[in-house]
Amino acid sequence: MPIAERRLILKYADQPGYTPDIECYLKHGGYSVLKKALATEPATLKDEVKKSQLRGRGGAGFSCGLKWSFIDPAKNTKPVYLICNADESEPGTFKDRQIIHKDPHQLLEGMIISCFANNVHLAYIYIRGEFPTGAKILEQALAEARAKNFLGKNILGSGYDLDIFIHRGAGAYICGEETGLIESLEGKRPYPRIKPPYFPAVLGLYMCPTIVNNVETLCNVKHVIEMGGEAYAKIGKPNNTGTRILCVSGDVERPGYYEFEVGGLTLGQLIHEVCGGVKGGRKLKAVIPGGSSSKVLRADKRFKIKAKNAAGEMEEKELGLEDIPLDFDSLAAVGSMAGSGGVIVMDETRDMVEVLANISEFYAHESCGQCTPCREGVLWMKKLLHRINAGHCTTADVGVLNSVADNIAGRTICAFGEAASWPVQSFLANFRPDFEARAEKVRAA
Amino acid sequence: MIESVPALPQDFLAQVDETVSHYPVSKRSAALPLLHLWQERFGFISQEAIDWIAARLELQPIHILELVTFYPMFRQRPFGKFHIRVCRTLSCALGGSYQTFAHFKKLTGATGDEHGPIDSPDGRFTVEFVECLASCGTPPVVMINNDFYEKVDANKVEELVRRCGE
Ligand SMILES: Cc1cc2nc3c(=O)[nH]c(=O)nc-3n(C[C@H](O)[C@H](O)[C@H](O)COP(=O)(O)O)c2cc1C
Ligand code: SF4
Ligand code: FES
Repeated sequence: MPIAERRLILKYADQPGYTPDIECYLKHGGYSVLKKALATEPATLKDEVKKSQLRGRGGAGFSCGLKWSFIDPAKNTKPVYLICNADESEPGTFKDRQIIHKDPHQLLEGMIISCFANNVHLAYIYIRGEFPTGAKILEQALAEARAKNFLGKNILGSGYDLDIFIHRGAGAYICGEETGLIESLEGKRPYPRIKPPYFPAVLGLYMCPTIVNNVETLCNVKHVIEMGGEAYAKIGKPNNTGTRILCVSGDVERPGYYEFEVGGLTLGQLIHEVCGGVKGGRKLKAVIPGGSSSKVLRADKRFKIKAKNAAGEMEEKELGLEDIPLDFDSLAAVGSMAGSGGVIVMDETRDMVEVLANISEFYAHESCGQCTPCREGVLWMKKLLHRINAGHCTTADVGVLNSVADNIAGRTICAFGEAASWPVQSFLANFRPDFEARAEKVRAA
Repeated sequence: MIESVPALPQDFLAQVDETVSHYPVSKRSAALPLLHLWQERFGFISQEAIDWIAARLELQPIHILELVTFYPMFRQRPFGKFHIRVCRTLSCALGGSYQTFAHFKKLTGATGDEHGPIDSPDGRFTVEFVECLASCGTPPVVMINNDFYEKVDANKVEELVRRCGE
């Protein structure tokens, strides 16, 4: 029996006849939650989001309610901005595209509610440049929402004004990093800012308090307000609430996007029951569970995690890869992360050296170049990996590769440094003999 | 400087004004959108474009040039009529995108490096290996100009190139 999806965000997206225009959205009850929200105190809305325990879907899994609480209307005199992060560029991730193309008004409704809750009067959707169709669909949706006064001046007679505009990126992954994104939106190169002091909540867009949230996170806000924070928190597990869209790619029979309660299934259930198993009936070799920046998990490894048992006591458990529940805390406990929800599956025929060389090529191409360890290190890792892959190497090169990665992580302005190092460190930790064998083979020849 | 640019079409100027109005706090924010507008209309970012956009936003030309040289989507030379982007990144590579890229190069006659745009000898095509296009479940993923294609295997490559010829 395949596990049933629980579609909250993608409820209508793939229903036959469901279209992205506002009439269709209104027919399905659209913008009724906005009406309810406009009649509620902003502080109450923020409180509901806090109670929901909603965590960000963009990568870091940070608490949405906590992020919003950094913006304190009592202390704040500057304008507050909100930016929807629709840069979707983490390799393996393809969910925001679906929302934008198929249900853009759900995003707008979530966004307008979030803006109202945080006293925002000007907001932007930062969409990656390679989504020209998505940008058009959103432009159209914004125009429709304005025409119906869900946006603009005095929204639905509430006295609340809000404008939202689309801002297109131009092909740089680093614009997904929230402070790089802000620089980009200011018309500059997207060089991430150093934190502290430039936390977006304090010194964000135009040096004003700014909230940056992912597309899927903002859609979730709509559902939190619709059902109430406590009811929302009952979906999933404590601290891992709501639903999550998982994007599965690589060696499975049925790749695609699927929505489940957070932690509602294990990695094994996802691969075998939902996605029809490993391609061609082959054996599983490894899984990258949360976008290419997350650490790879090896199929035949045993993982020790601490979890609460039925009596509520902490207990150490040993799990196989396929038993890992797909929630934020479990994936962190096994040494990786839920990240952006991009699950990349590799079967036994895959060459781990080649796979890592491919991943490193991405990071070498995308470093913004501000920090020396990152700028020089990612290129170095790429070159080493191509050399190892081609067999022009010695076993010492494998050690050098590891030490380059170790010397980037933790020494850079933004988390891209980790994003580039974690794959290298984890592939070497799990598959080092594969890399060394390449060198040995050449020496023997 | 701004006077030396040939008269720009009225509708373009209106689009520029509309775009700038989206950034009431800082005109500089309109730099990327204006570069997009210019490139979509005139094909590439010329020195004229850089000077004109800088003047329109009351910036120095270097503030625009530094964007053009950083962001991969902006180009300082004309591209072929068909800009073919093939995703290079892991999920697409597992799904055969290196073969797809090679096939596009073979059929268009473009030769060259893995990263960066390369032209076919007749100048009609510009082929480019790019990073993840956010549709990793349907590899290999390809964009031709603004249109998007999934599961582009060898047969589909042939069909797409043929269609460009029509
Ligand atoms: C290198 C890098 C790339 C990122 N790319 C994205 C992205 O494409 N989309 C996204 O939503 N968040 C991305 N993030 C995370 C954002 O910085 C930020 O945490 C997120 O947008 C916050 O939204 P959330 O709290 O709703 O998840 C990236 C972070 C890093 C370090
Ligand atoms: S870590 Fe890399 S991407 Fe991030 S700011 Fe430094 S150089 Fe740029
Ligand atoms: S890896 Fe090709 S679209 Fe993501």
